[in-house]
Amino acid sequence: MASMRRSLRSAGGGPWTALAVAIAVPTLLPLLVIAGSFSDIDPAFWSHLRQYVLVPVVENSLWLVAGVAVLATALGTTLAWLTAACEFPGRRVFQWALLLPMAMPGYVTAFVAIGTLEYAGPVQTALRELAGGEIWFPAIRSRGGVIAVMSLALYPYVYLLARNAFLTQGREALEAAQVLGMNRRRGFFRVALPMARPWIAAGAMLVVMETLADFGTVAAFNYDTFTTAIYETWFGEQSVNSALQLSACLLAVVLLAAVAERRLRGGRAFTGGKAGGRRIVLGRGRWAAAVLAGTVLTLGFVAPFVQLVLWSAQTWSEEFSSRYLGFAGHSLLLAGSAALLVTTVALLLGYARRNASGGPANILASLATRIATLGYALPGTVLAVGIFAPLAALNGLLNTAARAVTGTDPGWLVQATLATMLIAYAVRFLAVAHAPVDSNLLRITEDIDRASKSLGVAGWSMLRRVHAPMLRGGLATALVLVFVDVMKEMPITLMTRPFGWQTLATRVFEMTSEGLWERAALPAIAIVLVGLVPVILISRRTTNAF
Amino acid sequence: MTTRSRVRALLFPLAAVLITACGAPAEDELVVYSSRNEPLIKPLFDQYTAETGVTVQFITDSAGPLLQRLEAEGANSPADILLTVDAGNLWQAAQQGLLQPVSSPALSANVPEHLRDPDNAWYGLSVRARTIVYHADRVSAENLSTYAALAEPQWQGRLCLRTSKKVYNQSLIAMMIAERGEEATEEVVRGWVGNLAAEPFANDTAVLKAIAAGQCDVGIVNTYYYGRLLKEDPELALRLFWPDQDGNGVHVNISGAGVVAAADDTGPAVRFLEWLSSPAAQAQFAASNMEYPVSDAVDVDPLVAAWGDFVGNTINVSQAGALQADAVRLMDRAGYR
Repeated sequence: MASMRRSLRSAGGGPWTALAVAIAVPTLLPLLVIAGSFSDIDPAFWSHLRQYVLVPVVENSLWLVAGVAVLATALGTTLAWLTAACEFPGRRVFQWALLLPMAMPGYVTAFVAIGTLEYAGPVQTALRELAGGEIWFPAIRSRGGVIAVMSLALYPYVYLLARNAFLTQGREALEAAQVLGMNRRRGFFRVALPMARPWIAAGAMLVVMETLADFGTVAAFNYDTFTTAIYETWFGEQSVNSALQLSACLLAVVLLAAVAERRLRGGRAFTGGKAGGRRIVLGRGRWAAAVLAGTVLTLGFVAPFVQLVLWSAQTWSEEFSSRYLGFAGHSLLLAGSAALLVTTVALLLGYARRNASGGPANILASLATRIATLGYALPGTVLAVGIFAPLAALNGLLNTAARAVTGTDPGWLVQATLATMLIAYAVRFLAVAHAPVDSNLLRITEDIDRASKSLGVAGWSMLRRVHAPMLRGGLATALVLVFVDVMKEMPITLMTRPFGWQTLATRVFEMTSEGLWERAALPAIAIVLVGLVPVILISRRTTNAF
Repeated sequence: MTTRSRVRALLFPLAAVLITACGAPAEDELVVYSSRNEPLIKPLFDQYTAETGVTVQFITDSAGPLLQRLEAEGANSPADILLTVDAGNLWQAAQQGLLQPVSSPALSANVPEHLRDPDNAWYGLSVRARTIVYHADRVSAENLSTYAALAEPQWQGRLCLRTSKKVYNQSLIAMMIAERGEEATEEVVRGWVGNLAAEPFANDTAVLKAIAAGQCDVGIVNTYYYGRLLKEDPELALRLFWPDQDGNGVHVNISGAGVVAAADDTGPAVRFLEWLSSPAAQAQFAASNMEYPVSDAVDVDPLVAAWGDFVGNTINVSQAGALQADAVRLMDRAGYR
């Protein structure tokens, strides 16, 4: 502890850099597996890919990422500002309810949107009956459709982070701007928005990574992206190595985006202020605000949830059993312990990068951070295999060693244990926890540390009395995001779970893998309900706390 | 309770979970890796346990990850049996050396030759027929004949298909390549694409609903999806048509299983596969998902029997795996998404 305190004070780097590197090690496993795939390059595959697949897939992916990034960021930021700083009808409910779409798996929203709005769906069928013939209707299974649905599913990432920024940036700056003669709009664009930029950029980055790695939602639209090409290469063309090589290309794109995001932050210091102050009372705009929030909530949550309830009612007697307690228990155990673990690791990583100042140590820590948070950009199944395979190999060695010592086969399976699951979740979701925690750490400037120390508050006491209150919003955000993401996660859970373990998410998989969507509704609802309670609790807490 | 004892109270159960989860299944158990889902297989496992006392441990996942898992676990894999829902993945598993050939007179007798691996590494346990479906009011069955004929101009703007990314379609095209070669098959697929009334759908049920709603008139689906929709709506105006009855027959795929190469003692696994291919288990295996039994000795489910008899393709289903990659590339070239 003494050494830790010393290094905190001196900001020297050594142990902190080592910590950052240690945290990045598990992520190196899948990266090494991917790198290893380049030992075997199939020219026939690549020439086929170049000629027939690459152009449409890259074009689709770029449109999708750009569209979802812009729309989700615009929605998330606008709604965050409205609920954090303004007053409009329903604001008290909307401020937490707008988080609900996060608990709704994207592929469920997609399935419901398509089922409802397609030619054979109830809306178009009713319109045709009204019109007495064929009608024109925008195609839901289109680029616009998939962008809209994914934005509705992903805007909460931006919303949660931006709201945390708006709530804690203090209203004095905005009031100062108004004293200086800026009107409200200019005050927002010139003061509040720039001050929230790191949070918005971090949220947008999460949206970009999630969009690039998504399979379930785009598959429901049959919209070909880089990730569907990876899966098709792997399972259709039965070429694991080529699929991993494609994954490497995907990672390169994400790294570029990550550098861009860092640039957006521009290395400035972002100060916080005292929260509170008067809310902006909107004029006629208050109804527009209520309609916008209501529409987003309806499309992103209420409509799919109602559909799930209707399906569950149909299949309840067939699907429900006392086993659901076990499913929910496993889901909660995994999501809860992963949320705690991943948030803790993210906090350590954030401090490691912050304290590892000084030339090479800092560069190494930054690089380690970048690597450690790459897992979120990998398609889930690729990551699952990338972690499982090395651990299974390790397990083989351990078993062989134990056999040599004891003479009997211990039959260990370290690759399918809770510990393995948690490591895999950490690799996958560290970025999700890191984004809000690191954004908040930016606010704790060295000036603050110096001021604190000059007042005699240093070391652990400074962490507890100065840092902790400033980090609370970011930590709460990280916990919620990881918890909800793990509740929905499928590929890693399926691959690394101990024998006989079922969670709500694997139950959804059991049904959707055979196209039994109606029966998948009950576990999906359970995910929403069990995933929602903590979301509401924490958002209540954050809204009251500041 | 002090903080420390509280921490301990939390840690002990956690450690217990970590450690017990570590233990491999016991000796008298069978371990199955299955991509056939739990509601379809668990009743059979339970029945086997009741009859023989052998317990069946299983995990479910998609076939691709299961194969990767077997490969990564190598000789230390606890798995005895790999169970999948199409021949392509079984072929691939055998190709990667993940399955071992087993000889069993019972399996050879119960499973027709074209529905099992020529080298006995895997055996079909139920048949999935992929056939033509049409709207009874808008299409006359006389105008239907073969899969290939759906490329004819008369179906312009009237055809609906599921995505080429589904293995069922990849197997169908692979079998067509086996029958008529790449060039002729590619021409057919181009014709299909030209006749599409809508972008390919994500699943068979969506194809059926699109035909029912009038977006298109014909499509290609697995029969059990039709059966599910028919159970929901007995008045459904859709009918199945058995194509290629004068030629190679209806495209069939299998749900099947093989013994994992890492299994030291194949006896229990083989006995389980033999039991699954026996008439009693066969009826249930197929009927649970409105599929067809592999064994001729078993009657099909009455609801399924009502769709009529058909001649199935007798080319060995292993071709679906051997030509799958070719089929994928062919569909890319033909613009079938």
